[in-house]
Amino acid sequence: MEVIVGLAVPLLRENVDTDQIIPAQFLRILTKNGLGRYLFYRWRYDQDGKPKPEFVLNDERFKQATVLLALKNFGIGSSRENAVWALTDYGIKAVIAPSFGDIFYENAVKNGLACIRMDEKLIQQIGREAEAGGLTVRINIKEQSLSYGSQSVHYTMEPSVRRRLMSGEDEIENTMKYENKIMAYEQRMKKFYHVDRKRLLYE
Amino acid sequence: MATTIIEKIWKEHELAVDDDGRSLIYIDRHLTHEVTSPVAFEDLRIRGRKLRRPDLTVAVMDHNVPTGPREEPIRDELSYKQMQALYKNSEDFETMLLDYYSPFQGIIHIIGPELGLTLPGMTLAAGDSHTSTHGALGALAFGIGTSEVEHVFATQTLWLKKPKTMEIKVSGSLRRGVYSKDLALFLIGQLGTGGGIGHILEYTGETIRSMTPDERMTLCNLSTEAGARSSIISPDDKTFNYVRGRAFAPDEDDFNEAVEYWRTLASDPNATYDKSYSFDVSGLKPMVTWGTNPSMVVPVNGSIPSPDQFEASRRPGIEAALKYMGLTPGQAITDIKVDRVFIGSCTNSRLSDLTIAARVVKGRKVSNSVRAMVVPGSQYVKRNAERKGLHSIFLEAGFEWRNAGCSMCIGMNEDQLLPGERAASTTNRNFENRQGPGGRTHLVSPAMAAAAAIEGHFVDITQWDMPEAI
Repeated sequence: MEVIVGLAVPLLRENVDTDQIIPAQFLRILTKNGLGRYLFYRWRYDQDGKPKPEFVLNDERFKQATVLLALKNFGIGSSRENAVWALTDYGIKAVIAPSFGDIFYENAVKNGLACIRMDEKLIQQIGREAEAGGLTVRINIKEQSLSYGSQSVHYTMEPSVRRRLMSGEDEIENTMKYENKIMAYEQRMKKFYHVDRKRLLYE
Repeated sequence: MATTIIEKIWKEHELAVDDDGRSLIYIDRHLTHEVTSPVAFEDLRIRGRKLRRPDLTVAVMDHNVPTGPREEPIRDELSYKQMQALYKNSEDFETMLLDYYSPFQGIIHIIGPELGLTLPGMTLAAGDSHTSTHGALGALAFGIGTSEVEHVFATQTLWLKKPKTMEIKVSGSLRRGVYSKDLALFLIGQLGTGGGIGHILEYTGETIRSMTPDERMTLCNLSTEAGARSSIISPDDKTFNYVRGRAFAPDEDDFNEAVEYWRTLASDPNATYDKSYSFDVSGLKPMVTWGTNPSMVVPVNGSIPSPDQFEASRRPGIEAALKYMGLTPGQAITDIKVDRVFIGSCTNSRLSDLTIAARVVKGRKVSNSVRAMVVPGSQYVKRNAERKGLHSIFLEAGFEWRNAGCSMCIGMNEDQLLPGERAASTTNRNFENRQGPGGRTHLVSPAMAAAAAIEGHFVDITQWDMPEAI
């Protein structure tokens, strides 16, 4: 994945925590598929399960949106990767925000969801243009650039994140190449960090 | 060169650095639970991979388990399936499991320290953001997502970009009735929910040194609410005394050697940090959150703020929080009535927390308008509390005395707030709908929660008349 082109949807709120992205009741699952229907569940639906017309994702103009604009600290809180699975299953390809929760950010990379950090003022500006609907955003992961309308802006992303988003590599496979180093540590690991299961006798 | 404990533990566990500057870090201990592990186990199976170190992996059921009598059937079918999956996965992959019926079952961040599974100087990971708790004993601990859980299963390592370090230096003694929970909420208020993003926090200073390991755990537990994935406190004699004798702690033959090693890990006096903050907390009051994230917090003698007090860009968020919480600017905190009181969670459910709450409650009755519950952090905490007679104090006062689990902190089981209900809660997140759809959460210390249960509204616990010991 080198380029993401999609309709932008403004969700210009700060501190969108992962409990809001997907409530805990939808964590009682054994697979990661099909979580898009629970995305922003309590903001999207009322207590009877009817869509709330005032929530931006329920607006016809944004139904096909794939690029989410948000304010600072997006994805803070719970480590639940279900938040990322819900976003990607719904069809979101990129989230643009001034900052992201650390665990959410790593979860996103692992699932090919691009999290792009940008200055808040710029996001507000893009958000204003996106509000009317129909604003297409083009993100070039390789070039670290984002264009919309006649504007083009540069952002920065860690090389490792860029590489992984573009290659979609199996990271475990890659890590297994370090077997020698892992084994070397295991040989020198302090013996008192080992767990002797027999010790857990009832008081 | 003077270095911090963070750098020392990092260096010891750093196996390689890749072209992009990420480090491959060995994980000495992996704690896992029924909710964030099933997909990771299933992926291992699909790809035909082994769990590399089942002996360093410990599984526990905590997030979705019922907290009623254990002999009752588990009614929630989805939770039951996740629990069944953990039975199967632990068996297939040969990890130790502390199941629903185990006498040592409990919240993952309570059982780690109390069983000696968490030790100073080790690296630890768990599929839960409150893994920052374990840093209280001088472990370098990381909350991780499910893909990372799978990575640790398969390789016993994590790829991590070396975080920046942040020192939080705290001086002054906390007055009577002010606890580490209040300190933590105060610090989150100062740093903001994102202040610690990209950082590992190290708490230093005389106030931290005088804290018990339990109090340090409450503090480190809440680091994640300031955005920090990890936090740590250099171990000292208090830490070593805490660890000594626990089930999986080094036995006596190895203990002195272990302590000798652990002492070398403490941050050097002249170590420097990417950021440093200092706070004098001698005047700190009990704290109460009023909004929908933990940084929205005021002292108990304060009042609900007005959106006008904030910069323009923040006002919509403040207004939304006040609306959700059903509060009006200017309202005194002590005038806020509560419907529910919850004492529990990985933040505040240790024996010391329950003891403080019991002192507040002893000889009094829960207000008629309040439903109050105590959910011990582990079955071990529960047994010890019962040995001290704390359960009788709670039961006589009208509290429910339940079994261990995450319970109403995360609202995955039947312990939930009803729409519009307002709770004084010793937990860690006051996010919208966190404790139940439409529920309203105020985060407080166990003492403050217990007093709110008695009076039916918030009170300043520093003015409370209570026995020094029970």
